[in-house]
Amino acid sequence: MIRPHDSAIVRTLGRIVIPVAQLFGFYVLVFGQFGPGGGFVGGVVIAASMILAILIFGIDSPDSTMARNILHGDGLGLLIFAGVGGLCMIGGGQFLNYTYLQIPNLDQASQHFIGIMLTQIGVAVDVAVTGVSIAISLSFDDDEIPQDEGTHG
Amino acid sequence: MTFELPLLFLLVITAGGAILVKDLISAVFILGSYSFALALVWALLGAVDVAFVEAVVGAGLATVFFLLTLFRTTEKDNHLRRPPMPWPAIIGLPLLGVLLLYGAGDLPAFGDAYSAASTHISPVFLQNSLADTRTPNVVTAVLMDYRSFDTFIETIVIFTAGIACALILRKGN
Repeated sequence: MIRPHDSAIVRTLGRIVIPVAQLFGFYVLVFGQFGPGGGFVGGVVIAASMILAILIFGIDSPDSTMARNILHGDGLGLLIFAGVGGLCMIGGGQFLNYTYLQIPNLDQASQHFIGIMLTQIGVAVDVAVTGVSIAISLSFDDDEIPQDEGTHG
Repeated sequence: MTFELPLLFLLVITAGGAILVKDLISAVFILGSYSFALALVWALLGAVDVAFVEAVVGAGLATVFFLLTLFRTTEKDNHLRRPPMPWPAIIGLPLLGVLLLYGAGDLPAFGDAYSAASTHISPVFLQNSLADTRTPNVVTAVLMDYRSFDTFIETIVIFTAGIACALILRKGN
């Protein structure tokens, strides 16, 4: 398991950089329809900020609460993506054909806009959760295995 | 043109260095700088979205994953002993390079409006995507609307990678 870093420079810089990185990740995610970026990149930037928190403050510290809790959202991004596709099927069309996303008082192009935005959020959630999950899996230490495991045999 | 030649030179240097260096942690950092130089090349060629992904994933996330993996290894594992190169590789690999250079002569010129890639369906995307989806970024419109099924499968691949890592690496509880 990763131990918290005890250098004051690293901890102070982490406190400054992590919120900026998270804000930038959300900006990239939301702005992806108008400029470079999108769901994948935004999710990776958000994941990188949370991995930074784990690496600097340790997995058990209160600063890594978001990184610990986001693991409960495993599969949520995929559910959002598939849910939008399912809504299109309920609306009478093909899977992920946003024309059939039945939203009242919106023309066809705006429905496509909403569909793109929702699926991008789904991709971002999926990528962020997977990034943090892989980082925690890789830093999982073998010493934490309960030692009485072999004695039950 | 002024930036492209130094960047390509830097790419070759960093790619060769990542292969040739003995210490694996140094190789990971050189690979990160390779990704960053490659991102600059993509940005110069006008593929800003690809450059963004290359910079964030190649130079950011992949480096962290490589380092976290190497931290679990010992000194014996992350220092490489290289056996001498076998003679078929010494003869065959330069020949393969010559073959690739010969094949590259038939590629269309950069920005060729009449190449196969830019005549078939990409004009349809470029002309209709703003009216169809109100999304000025054509790349996002293609990825998330016209080709959203492919993106859905890619999302499943990422999800599966996370699940597989957790199943293999988190022993015990």
